[in-house]
Amino acid sequence: MESLSLKKDFPVFDQNDIAYLDTAATSLTPRSVIGKLTDYYNNYSANVHRGVYRLSHEATELYNATREATARFINAEFEEIVFTRGASSALNLVAFGYGLSNLNPGDEIIISELEHHSNFLPWQQVAKKTGAKVVYVPLSEEGRIEVEAFASVLNENTKIVALTHVSNVMGYITPIKAITELAHSQNAVVCVDAAQSAPHLQIDVKEIDCDFLAFSSHKMLGPKGLGVLYGKKKRLENMEPVEYGGDMVETASKDGSTWQAPPLKFETGTPPIASVVAFFEALRYLQNIGFVALKEHEQRLKKYVLDAFSNIESVKVYNPTSETGMVTFNIEGVHPHDVVTVLDEDNIALRAGHHCAQPLMQWLGVVATLRASFYVYNTLEDCDRLIESVKKAVTFFKEAGL
Amino acid sequence: MNRLENLYRKIIMDHYKNPRNKGLTDDTRYKQEHIKNPSCGDDVTIQSFVEDGVVKDIRHDGSGCSICCSSASVLSVLLKDRPVKEALAFSENYTKMIANQPYDETLEFEDALAYQGVRKFPARTKCATIAWKAFESTVKVEDNDE
Repeated sequence: MESLSLKKDFPVFDQNDIAYLDTAATSLTPRSVIGKLTDYYNNYSANVHRGVYRLSHEATELYNATREATARFINAEFEEIVFTRGASSALNLVAFGYGLSNLNPGDEIIISELEHHSNFLPWQQVAKKTGAKVVYVPLSEEGRIEVEAFASVLNENTKIVALTHVSNVMGYITPIKAITELAHSQNAVVCVDAAQSAPHLQIDVKEIDCDFLAFSSHKMLGPKGLGVLYGKKKRLENMEPVEYGGDMVETASKDGSTWQAPPLKFETGTPPIASVVAFFEALRYLQNIGFVALKEHEQRLKKYVLDAFSNIESVKVYNPTSETGMVTFNIEGVHPHDVVTVLDEDNIALRAGHHCAQPLMQWLGVVATLRASFYVYNTLEDCDRLIESVKKAVTFFKEAGL
Repeated sequence: MNRLENLYRKIIMDHYKNPRNKGLTDDTRYKQEHIKNPSCGDDVTIQSFVEDGVVKDIRHDGSGCSICCSSASVLSVLLKDRPVKEALAFSENYTKMIANQPYDETLEFEDALAYQGVRKFPARTKCATIAWKAFESTVKVEDNDE
């Protein structure tokens, strides 16, 4: 992959000489996606699913084209793709649409300490309301979810399994297919948080066989504020909406109302049409690169940084064996927030904090970490800048007496 | 002067490594405020003991970056033995200074002046003010009681 030429596709680099290493938080936006956003407002701007006039019809066609492309992207069907505000909102929809009406006291929900808050807090809340219990998969010594450990907490009370596909801090890949098979043997429903996997791995929902899967457009070159919930057709048909209003209704009367079939049942109100339309271009961009080439590229950068970090004594890496392009680390004795200010001075954008994963920080026994994450636009030069700046931070804080 | 060196002044690193008045007390005469910055994890608790309208003692504890932790120590020294009104005015003017807003420039900030460097790092202003905000609520609570 010619990373250097790819940088040209991202206008944010025209104005900023930045080593952007925070894709796990949000990705940058390529010209083609921005172009499609403005194209919608310039040339259509009409609502979807409503008007019978030409512009509305054309807007609807574009909107549906992205739904179709999204379905193909993960090997799902058109009517199994629901657009939401993001992965968080998609996971909340499963928790409150499916979980709330299907859980009873004594039922168990399996999650893990690797979960992002958005696949942890909705289940904690639903458990509180239903009397169900949240059960955690014990993590391996490295911090992984493994099949045997999952099997040890799975039982006939397990009704829902909600796990991350790729941890947003450690970057480990969960063996989700084997876990889904086991979960189904106990008739539990499986909900996958794919926010960190969909941007980096080829996902095939038919192969995984999960019941629900959620991801965000903005972590995979698409517009912010848009997410996707995949749900098996039968699951979506039996799931309650959590928002009611226009477009999701079939017939509304004083005596009672009925809902549209999925996915429209879950998409009330005017959706973020421009974002959906432009997400098409993000999917196209990723497919043109291909996930095999992308993985190679990310691995090369990650290995390069890991090799350099292993020669800096006070740098501690928490996930050296991770399969995805994410390096989570600290400089020993220095708070990550202090480190990130030194890096920021060198125009390196990198996340410092608890990454919306406080249970995992508690498991690691740290208050926070630094995290560098790589994507299509990153280069070895970005890695060199990171490495040099980290060395500078080590020296600087050593001289300051830390 | 190098921006980073200006930010991490000796005074700041000294208070970070050797915090004064650290550790909380069970003494019920102290008013307590706990503030957490959910985005970065800075976590500060300030206790203050006010008698006859004067701040007699300040304790602090918590975890966070050097800017945050050191500022709790600095304020515990600087605001001690000041009348509540004066301590409050000091704190409010300090916060304005950090936020690049107009403040009373006649005030002697003493060691707190070391945090001037933070003004050039807008992403870090919260770190430098969170302990002061907590302090303000401990004495404002005292006000309401009176």
